[in-house]
Amino acid sequence: MTSPDTPPAAIDIRGASKTYPNGVRALEPIALTVRQGEFVTIVGPSGCGKSTLLRLIAGLSPSTAGSIVLSEGFSPPRLAYVFQSPTLMPWASVQANVRLPLDLAGMPRSDADEKTRHALELVGLQEFARSFPRELSGGMQMRVSIARALATEPRLLLMDEPFGALDEITRNRLDREFSELSARENLTVLFVTHSIYEAVFLSSRVLVMSPRPGRVHAEVNIDAPRPRRDSFRGTVKFATHSAQLSEMLGAVMSEAE
Amino acid sequence: MNSRSWVSIAAPIAMGLVFLAAWHAIVAINQIPSYILPGPLLVLETLLRDWNPLFHSLLITLRVTGSALLLAVLLGSLLSVLFVQSRLLEAALLPYAVILQVTPLVAIAPLIIIWVDDPFDALVICATVASIFPVIANTTVGLRSVDTGLVDLFRLYGASRTQVLVRLRIPSAAPYFFAGLRVATALALIGAVVAEFVAGTGGTRSGLAYQILQAGLQLKIPRLFAALLLITVTGIALFLVVSWLSRLALHRWHESELPQEK
Ligand SMILES: Nc1ncnc2c1ncn2[C@@H]1O[C@H](COP(=O)(O)OP(=O)(O)O)[C@@H](O)[C@H]1O
Ligand SMILES: [Mg+2]
Repeated sequence: MTSPDTPPAAIDIRGASKTYPNGVRALEPIALTVRQGEFVTIVGPSGCGKSTLLRLIAGLSPSTAGSIVLSEGFSPPRLAYVFQSPTLMPWASVQANVRLPLDLAGMPRSDADEKTRHALELVGLQEFARSFPRELSGGMQMRVSIARALATEPRLLLMDEPFGALDEITRNRLDREFSELSARENLTVLFVTHSIYEAVFLSSRVLVMSPRPGRVHAEVNIDAPRPRRDSFRGTVKFATHSAQLSEMLGAVMSEAE
Repeated sequence: MNSRSWVSIAAPIAMGLVFLAAWHAIVAINQIPSYILPGPLLVLETLLRDWNPLFHSLLITLRVTGSALLLAVLLGSLLSVLFVQSRLLEAALLPYAVILQVTPLVAIAPLIIIWVDDPFDALVICATVASIFPVIANTTVGLRSVDTGLVDLFRLYGASRTQVLVRLRIPSAAPYFFAGLRVATALALIGAVVAEFVAGTGGTRSGLAYQILQAGLQLKIPRLFAALLLITVTGIALFLVVSWLSRLALHRWHESELPQEK
């Protein structure tokens, strides 16, 4: 089925479903392939199982049926997860927070320090290595969290509404920075957001999920070259896709009621 | 230093001076004999005159308190770690810790003093029994109060049980531990003094409680007051040391110890 110009899969989800022990059916069986180098974003009303899907992929929660296959080189520690909140250790410096995955893997201190410095450079926080999380703004804390994810040199990044708690200006700036970074590092990304504009700006493909139980309702390809610049927000393509997704999401929401 | 911290130092000092002046006045005006209520100046004079024996006793009480506190911290933290690793152990042992806590020390102390040959060891055990519970209770809650997001993070990166304990649970427990330590410090001193009272004149070494007992029997009331004063000052000093340790450990990250902004 794979033609020469479609890259191989990074994540292959084969009919995975999830029913929580309390009986909540969070996900219908889902079939989804994320290809290497793709930037796939999931949008959908809250409670439609977006976080559940990411947790299944990361192995933080077992799937009830079906299977999820991560290709060689795309499972932990080459898989990193950025949570909705920064999830930093308040007692540890920025540097120690970013170094955590490397420390846990038992990497020698000097190598780990080197990689930590590099990761902090990628998110522009090298000057704050010795600060403590509470001394940073929300946007900076989120960047620390991203640096921690990047420190292990992942190839697959799962991100659950990472910029959801930030103001729009900060979010737009981080989106632009992250678009550049993900293209430069050739990351495969599965991203969750509430914002249609963020989805269109970042992604090569957007999935619309519908709730109760969660399933993939529709899919939109955004074929503009990445990384994207702020000027992309002013293009007809951006406006068309935003309108299209907005309509789909509207349909999903009214169906859910 | 800002004005607020000046107030927090000056206000209790002023309060103390007013209290001392009133005490002095009442004793002087009513001509109360010193074997009933000595004036503050006489207490101070006695303290200076009897400094050597009193200071010697102070050191003994301090050694009992310090040893007991150390034991309570080591043993209490160890038990908490075991409780968090195994619900079964907690279910089996916690009720006994509670029983030990709710039984008045004065009721257990005579037994301990009879069973343990060395009087110093007996006093230390009494004070440990008195102070270990807040360490266990607080540290156990702290070790369990871990951010679930961080638990996921540690799991994602394949952390071992030991790594989770050392790098996640123990730091999370630190604020709870220090809150417990403050209470335990006060209880250890009280435990040491109570145990000395129970041991009475039978104890071969003489701590501050022994001094109070002796002074009471001989109606040396000014000396009794001087010993009492030393116990109070010791309690305050211990509290300050523990507060300082807590600030040292937590000031950069925990809300309870953040420096106040003007
Ligand atoms: N640990 C859990 N136990 C039981 N039900 C859960 C749990 N986590 C999520 N759910 C339920 O599963 C559904 C999907 O949740 P979630 O994946 O968090 O949705 P989303 O991230 O899209 O908002 C919701 O109905 C939610 O209440
Ligand atoms: Mg969610």
